[in-house]
Amino acid sequence: MTAAGTRWFWYASPQTFYPLAGKMAPAFAIAAVVLAAAGLWVGLFVAPTDAQQGEAYRIIFIHVPAAWMSMFIYVVMAGWAALGLAFNTRLSGMMASALAPTGALFTFIALWTGSLWGKPTWGTYWVWDARLTSELILLFLYLGFMALQAAIDDPRRADRAGALLAIVGVINVPIIYFSVKWWNTLHQGASVSLKSAPTMAATMFAGMILMALAFWMYAIAVTLVRVRCIIAERGA
Amino acid sequence: MSEFFAMGGYAWYVWGSYGVTFACLAIEVVLVMKRSREAKT
Repeated sequence: MTAAGTRWFWYASPQTFYPLAGKMAPAFAIAAVVLAAAGLWVGLFVAPTDAQQGEAYRIIFIHVPAAWMSMFIYVVMAGWAALGLAFNTRLSGMMASALAPTGALFTFIALWTGSLWGKPTWGTYWVWDARLTSELILLFLYLGFMALQAAIDDPRRADRAGALLAIVGVINVPIIYFSVKWWNTLHQGASVSLKSAPTMAATMFAGMILMALAFWMYAIAVTLVRVRCIIAERGA
Repeated sequence: MSEFFAMGGYAWYVWGSYGVTFACLAIEVVLVMKRSREAKT
């Protein structure tokens, strides 16, 4: 075993990760507050009114970052779950369990804000469009994962059963992402991609990225505190 | 100031989004802090 390899496994132990998580969480929480303040200021005061949608478009600064987080957290959760299955490390399953509630919350926020954005722009709060339906399935996958784990008393068995569900469910993430291309949806396509310049004003883009970073820091902070709870509760 | 809160007639949609998001995150923080206190005792 190389020195670097040993170090990774050192932090894979709940006992050593517990104090580390406790030290890191406040830093991420502070970063989240600062970035959110900057993002809200840019989004609500600096970014100009949209020519077509008026002020209603300002929902974008929450909706898009929350939707990104809902998918990203699921992939990270499934990744931890897969690591736990492959290496039988206890911390991996705990991380997956710690991420699920925050992922479900961001999925709910994406659906809620999307609904409030749909009414003034599409004329309806909800439509069974491919993007909306697959995002709703994502919420059910998170809730199913949490319910399944809660239903199994032995935490190690709960981790394994949850891991299988999380890994199978990952197929839904590319379906959500590409739904706007694969099907003829009411939902618009991606405004931001790695291949082309963003199709929006620079200040709108900046506000969205700041809010995305704020949500990211928030999710890390909350997950670190929650994984500490799980470690303590399991008496590890 | 009231113009800002009116959001060009879209107040319900914009503040409904921001308000519920803030409330959700605040509730999650309170719940996780409570769980943290209980886990330590």
